[in-house]
Amino acid sequence: MSAAQLIVRGVSHAFARNEVLADIDFSVQAGQVVALVGPSGCGKTTLLNLCAGLLHVREGAIENGFAEAAYMFQQPRLLPWKTTLDNIALGLKAAGMARGERHYRARELALRLGLVHEDLDKFPHQLSGGMQSRVALARALVLQPDLLLLDEPFSALDIGLKAELYELLLAQLAERDMGVLMITHDLMEAVRLSDLILVMTAAPGRIVCRFELSRPAAQRDDAWVYRRTAELLQDATVRESFALPPLAVAAPLVNDEGDGELRRLDAPSSVLPFPRARAGCR
Amino acid sequence: MRLLRAWLQGLPAYLWSGWGAVASLLLFVAAWEAVAAYYGPLVMPDPRSAFGTLYELIQSGAAWPELAATARRALIGFTLALVVGSVLGLIAGVSMTASMMSRPLVTVLLGTPPIAWLVLAMLWFGASDGTPVFTVFVASFPVVFVGALQGARTLDNNLRTMAEAFRVPRRMMFVDVYLPHVVSYLFPAWIAALGISWKVVVMAELLSTQDGVGAALAVSRSHLDTASTMAWIVAVVGLLLAVEYLLLEPIKREVERWREAAT
Repeated sequence: MSAAQLIVRGVSHAFARNEVLADIDFSVQAGQVVALVGPSGCGKTTLLNLCAGLLHVREGAIENGFAEAAYMFQQPRLLPWKTTLDNIALGLKAAGMARGERHYRARELALRLGLVHEDLDKFPHQLSGGMQSRVALARALVLQPDLLLLDEPFSALDIGLKAELYELLLAQLAERDMGVLMITHDLMEAVRLSDLILVMTAAPGRIVCRFELSRPAAQRDDAWVYRRTAELLQDATVRESFALPPLAVAAPLVNDEGDGELRRLDAPSSVLPFPRARAGCR
Repeated sequence: MRLLRAWLQGLPAYLWSGWGAVASLLLFVAAWEAVAAYYGPLVMPDPRSAFGTLYELIQSGAAWPELAATARRALIGFTLALVVGSVLGLIAGVSMTASMMSRPLVTVLLGTPPIAWLVLAMLWFGASDGTPVFTVFVASFPVVFVGALQGARTLDNNLRTMAEAFRVPRRMMFVDVYLPHVVSYLFPAWIAALGISWKVVVMAELLSTQDGVGAALAVSRSHLDTASTMAWIVAVVGLLLAVEYLLLEPIKREVERWREAAT
C-alpha cells in the first residue's frame, strides 16, 4: 500500500503544434492530496487525462503504481437513461461484478453520501445539480479507488453544497489511504483539501511553484483556510500565474510568515528557462 | 420480456388515459355524420352504413385476404427501409464527410413525391408485389435514414470519455452508452416511417395491383360504391391507429422513460 504512488516525470504534451504542457514533474503518494491550481486553459485537464490514461503520453513518463484509479469530471456526466443506482454501479458493472452485489454496494455508499432511497430509482434529470454531483462522487468512490482524480467537480455548486461535499470527501479520505490528484482554479478549495499545491501557469502549461500545507485537512477551520488563501494570494508567482496585477507593497514571502503551516517549496529549476516564470520565482 | 411485462402493466392506466382521444374521435364521427346528412349518401355515406359495410366485409371473410396482402407489402417495404436506413444512417452519421454528402441526397429523396416513384416502379416491376414494396421502401427510407444519422451525429463525446475513464468494455459501451441514445432518435423515426408505409402502400396498390386494400378501393370507386370505399378507409386508418396507440406508443413511453417527464 505505502509503495503505491503516481509519478509524473518530464511530461510535455502538444495538440498539433499547440504546446499545452511543458516538462511537468510531480508525484502523488498514497494518502496525499495534491492540488493543481492555475488559470483556465493552462492544461490542467490535459494533465489529468494523461494521468488517467485517457490520452497517450508523448514525451516524458507517467508511472501509476496505484491499483485502482477513479475519475470525477467537471460535470457529473451521468448516463441520462440509467437510474441513479445503475449510474453509481457503472464502474462495477464494467469490472464484471454481478448485478446483486454491485447494486448492494452502490446503495450502501449512496446512502452514506446523503442520497435517500427514493433518489436511487430516479433518472438524472429528476435530480438537482448537487444530487447529481453526489451521484458522480459515489460512482467514483464505489470502486474503492486508491487514486482519485478530480477535475474541478465542485466548481458549479453553491458554497453550502461545496462544503458538504468536502466533508463527505474528507470523511472518505480519512477511512482509506487514498491518493488524490485534484485540479481546481479555486485557491480556497485547494487550501481546504490538499497537502500539496502545485501552481501552474499557461502557454505552455508548467508548474511554477509548490506549496506544502502541514496541518491535517480535518483540522482546518474556515478562519485557517481564509488566512492561508490570503497568504497564497500575496505570493507574486501565484498572482502572476492568474494574471493578477502585482501588489503595490511587496508582501512578505510565504516562507517568512513563521508558523510554517503553509510552506513554499523550491520551485523546480526546470521552469527557469521560461522568461515569465523567472520574474516571479526568484 | 421485461418490456412485455411493463407493457401489460401499463396498459390499463394508459387505456384509461385515452378517453380524451376517444372523445375527439367520436366528435370527428359526429361531424362526418353531419356532412353525410347534408350531402346525401352518394357523396358521403353516413358512418353507420360505412361501419355496417365493413362489418359485412369482415363477416364474409372478404376483408382479411385484402388486408393481409396490404399488410404484407407494407411490412416488407417498411422492414427493408428500417434495416437499410438504420444501418446506412448510422454509418453516415459516424463519418462527417458521409453525412455532409448524404444530406442533399436525402432532401432529394424526401422531396420526390411517392407518386413519381410509383410511376417508375410500375415501369420497372410491373404488376408484381415489387411495385408497392419498392414505393414503400423509397418513401420511408429517408425518414429512417435521417433519424439514424441524427442519432449517430449527436452522440455525446463527454459520456464516451467518462465511460472510457471507468474502463467500460466494448460491448457494454455499445449497449449502455451508444444504443440508448441512438434508439431515442431511431424509434420515433421508425414510427413515422411505419405511418408513411401504410399510406403509400394503399396508393401504390390502387394503381398497380389486383389485390389488397388499394385494389379493393379501386373496384369500389368504379362501382360508385361510396359505402364500401369508406369502409376500407376506416379499416386502414383503424388498423394504423390500433398499431400505433396500442403497441408502439406504450413501448416508446417505456423505452424513453428517462427523458424529460414532461407528459
